[in-house]
Amino acid sequence: MTERTLPAPTPTPETEAFWAATREGKFLVKTCKECQRAHWYPRALCPFCFADATEWREASGKGRVYSFSIMRRAPQPYAIAYVELEEGPMMMTNIVGCDFDEVAIGQAVRVELREAEGGFRVPVFTPG
Amino acid sequence: MSIKGKSYIVGAYEHPTRKAPDKSVAQLHAEVAAGALADAGLSKEDVDGYFCAGDAPGMGPISMVDYLNLRVRHVDSTDTGGSSYLVHVGHAAEAIAAGKCNVALITLAGRPRSEGMATGTAPRQGNPAQPDLQWEYPYGPTVVNMYAMVAMRHMYEYGTTSEQLAWIKVAASHHAQHNPNAMLREVVTVEEVVNSPMVADPLHRLDCCVISDGGGALIVTRPEIAKSLKRPLVKLIGAGEATKGQMGGAVDLTYSAARVSGAAAFNEAGVTPADIQYASIYDSFTITVLVQLEDLGFCEKGQGGRFVADGNLISGVGKLPFNTDGGGLCNNHPANRGGMTKVIEAVRQVRGEAHPAVQVANCGLALAHGTGGQLGTRHGSGTLIMERE
Repeated sequence: MTERTLPAPTPTPETEAFWAATREGKFLVKTCKECQRAHWYPRALCPFCFADATEWREASGKGRVYSFSIMRRAPQPYAIAYVELEEGPMMMTNIVGCDFDEVAIGQAVRVELREAEGGFRVPVFTPG
Repeated sequence: MSIKGKSYIVGAYEHPTRKAPDKSVAQLHAEVAAGALADAGLSKEDVDGYFCAGDAPGMGPISMVDYLNLRVRHVDSTDTGGSSYLVHVGHAAEAIAAGKCNVALITLAGRPRSEGMATGTAPRQGNPAQPDLQWEYPYGPTVVNMYAMVAMRHMYEYGTTSEQLAWIKVAASHHAQHNPNAMLREVVTVEEVVNSPMVADPLHRLDCCVISDGGGALIVTRPEIAKSLKRPLVKLIGAGEATKGQMGGAVDLTYSAARVSGAAAFNEAGVTPADIQYASIYDSFTITVLVQLEDLGFCEKGQGGRFVADGNLISGVGKLPFNTDGGGLCNNHPANRGGMTKVIEAVRQVRGEAHPAVQVANCGLALAHGTGGQLGTRHGSGTLIMERE
């Protein structure tokens, strides 16, 4: 079965560096230089301590499925999920490159920067 | 300062239409406003406060105040999605207690059915400036798969089953059979729910609410005016509101802001969940009801599946009669926002004006609760407790 083509994200000045890095094969997570906590989705000001001191750090790309759902009623069914990153935060994503029956809560997954519309690369996850 | 006992819901009107291709959205707002005023025994000229949310066409409350030709001294267009109208009742009570208005009109209307909106299954494009949009839109979040992920996690953590969720729809259908305006009046079984087509695992088609046109309106006023009218007195004794977000990535899908708004409302009212004789609980999906019942304290976290099973929500059968109009699951979900109809049916119950087949005997204390937005990740929440006087 062909997989759904990912629509393009809509970057803002706050997030352009993230999308630029994905084109170079890097998956970045914002971390606060003050409180040292990583967060998602990325922001200029730390959502925990509100310091104007967040920086992009390359993430391991490893995580685990926290929850998921297979969207059956769609032209091309797809798996939406929340993945808990090794760095701590949880992010929405798609699980790709496997049978839907294989997707499970707790499953180890790793990032893949998949080509999307508009020449973007979007982080999705595959088992492994 | 408390709002306890400082205002009454004196008018409540649910538009009978479920499909209105021949009416404008503004017209539907006007029709429900007229219906609620007639129910209260008040006129448009009595209204000095107006409340609406994102379903109202135009600029906040301004366009509708103009269209309805109101002369008001207080407006509020707080939008917390489908819970807005519960929040509006609380805000109206605050404004009345503070002397900012005497007669508050709250309206909701919309036509998603006539407009062919794929409410639950189509990703919504949204405004690129919305900060979460770029991090989610590529992944195809829809209303149904977002709520489905809450259900999936609940099943994983607590062993909740599809059959238990199905009981919520079964209970709603038992009530809807008595409502001549309900979209779905056929009584369904647990088997029929779990055998209906899967939309987004683990939610089936019959775990989802209807898509309907229509609307509703409420009138809230101060005690002196309420007592001068001819309707049974529905006193507001507690109101709570809350929001919940993704907490910077510390997402927890197992609970909702009902935990906060419910506690605030119960605290203000000075009652407990065990005292509640009837509950209107927002039912965009079966899982919505289950999570909110737990968070409001009707049962322990994780026990919602057992609580709703075996007809416990059916009026005359179970311990907690809920959504006796058939709710969003069977009756009506106007403008994709179910908070308004939750208040309206609770008012009917407290007045003793629900359908005789579903009326709770001597219903002296009722709760209405709603969630608006994404259950689990970001939503508004409103809880009201009302008492017969």
